[in-house]
Amino acid sequence: MTARSLFIPITLLLVIAFLIGPFLIIVAASFSAGETLAFPPQGFSLRWIAKVFTVESFRASFGMSLFLAIGGTAAALVLGIPASYALSRYKLPGAEIVRTVVSAPIIVPGIIVGLALLRYIVVPFQVGITLALFLAHTALVLPYAVRVVSASLDNLRSDIEEAAVLLGSSRLGAFFRVVMPNIRGGIMSAFILGFVTSFNQVPVSLFLSGPGVRTLPVDMIAYMEIVFDPSVAALSSLLAFLSIGIVFIAERFLGFSRYV
Amino acid sequence: MSDASYLSLEKLTLAYGDSVAVANLDLNIRKGELIALLGPSGCGKTTTMRAIAGLLPVKSGHVRLDGADITRVPANKRAVGLMFQSYALFPHLSVYENVGFGLKLKGMRGTELDTKVKSGLKSVGLSDFANRKPAELSGGQQQRVALARSMVMEPKVLLLDEPLSNLDARLRLEMRTELQRVQKETGVTMIFVTHDQAEALALADRIVVMKSGKIEQIGSPEDIYNRPTSSFVADFVGFENIFPLENGKMKTSAGLIDLSGHLSSGAPSAAGLAWRPRMVTLGTGPFQGTVRGTSFAGDSREYLLDSAFGPIKAEVEASRPTHALGDALVFDLPAEKAAPLSRFV
Repeated sequence: MTARSLFIPITLLLVIAFLIGPFLIIVAASFSAGETLAFPPQGFSLRWIAKVFTVESFRASFGMSLFLAIGGTAAALVLGIPASYALSRYKLPGAEIVRTVVSAPIIVPGIIVGLALLRYIVVPFQVGITLALFLAHTALVLPYAVRVVSASLDNLRSDIEEAAVLLGSSRLGAFFRVVMPNIRGGIMSAFILGFVTSFNQVPVSLFLSGPGVRTLPVDMIAYMEIVFDPSVAALSSLLAFLSIGIVFIAERFLGFSRYV
Repeated sequence: MSDASYLSLEKLTLAYGDSVAVANLDLNIRKGELIALLGPSGCGKTTTMRAIAGLLPVKSGHVRLDGADITRVPANKRAVGLMFQSYALFPHLSVYENVGFGLKLKGMRGTELDTKVKSGLKSVGLSDFANRKPAELSGGQQQRVALARSMVMEPKVLLLDEPLSNLDARLRLEMRTELQRVQKETGVTMIFVTHDQAEALALADRIVVMKSGKIEQIGSPEDIYNRPTSSFVADFVGFENIFPLENGKMKTSAGLIDLSGHLSSGAPSAAGLAWRPRMVTLGTGPFQGTVRGTSFAGDSREYLLDSAFGPIKAEVEASRPTHALGDALVFDLPAEKAAPLSRFV
């Protein structure tokens, strides 16, 4: 083989190594029997995986993250589905501006969003930590909800709504009877994408978390600052497998990648 | 309500924003009639249909149906059916559920619903396809589902948007027969929109030719085909030699030319005259022409002549002696055969 023909396979291997390598290291480290987070792992045990479930703050912050991911995504869909419908079905003045504004949280760095929310919303209006996190996560997920739902609405003919109306349905009824069932896959995909985005969100949550109220990733960072044992690695592995599992199931049953 | 105005449009004006699509349209349709709205795209035919369905708000004027003013009645309470050009079947529902959709909304349940849906499917020959999804059907089958879905609702008026345009030649004939049968059996008033004159001539009891949001001519297929009253309609139905009249003479780029022969009675007030290519006589007559083009069309042969009138299209039986390109010919535009046009635009 010439150097030329080796270039591509080697590049590919390196890319894969950099993408998957850290993940494999973390997974390996979580089975370590040693006292500190280290690679290669010292021996094999399940003690750190078991420990994850005994840390009180992990349980509380996991609950909070779950609440934000489910609640925030649901709220984003409640706002995002009608917004997507309006954007896709009506020629609205300024529709492009609305699209851009709605997409802003994807483009603007989380640090800035977090700081802005803290400085101009949370502090002046004395918003509670949980509410602030909920609002922030809703806003962060909204762009994904609008984008994914819009994509499936754009693929759906609009004349079926008129057909439903002429068969006796109201306009709103037509939406629920013939639009919603046909964009169900898109909505589910938006939900999963939103859930994963919210669950893995760090910078915004970092700014808005406060005493006793933290999301899981923020709690993990805080934990690592004090304790440097492999339990964080164990927790990371568990979360990674959870995410992979969700996306795998979604792909299998919804054809998730069609929408995203 | 008289019998002649089961569905009537009175001074109907429709607009998209500020641009008027249909202006002051008056039209009376009898119960059980099969009407074609015929015209080129942008003539307002689809707009008119959507207004009858209630999908487009009426700017001014009235729509009356079966004695009631339905101008402001919402689309879902009009008892007007519409078969969409794209069929607009509900992709997530089976054929059976598509047909039963409207009946269920009416509150129909159980055996009554089942009987109605099944007889609807049977009437379009799709009993065996009840459990299929629309995507698993051919275009022709999808259209029949759409027809059944509208017809089980027993609409007072069935609107059809370009009902034959998506079908191939064989299916067109099948669907045309199907629509006529449904119309005959149920007596439903049908209005269909088309840009295809052949489709309108073959199917309709009466044809409404539209242009730029106005009615150009209303008449039986024979009227429209043989006696167009305006240059627009004449052109649309295949009169290819059309000239304006001035002081009883034909006005051409080469000046006024005397008519050949006499106009039929009542025609002298005409604003123009029109001849189909078949009405042009070759080989005899007072006019001079040169063959510019010729094409064989099976039973006949078409010629394009250069003349003082400008280009003239003629069509003669294929068995007649042929003329070559560049041949000088005499020809005739017999005045008594011409369709007199009362409007020239």
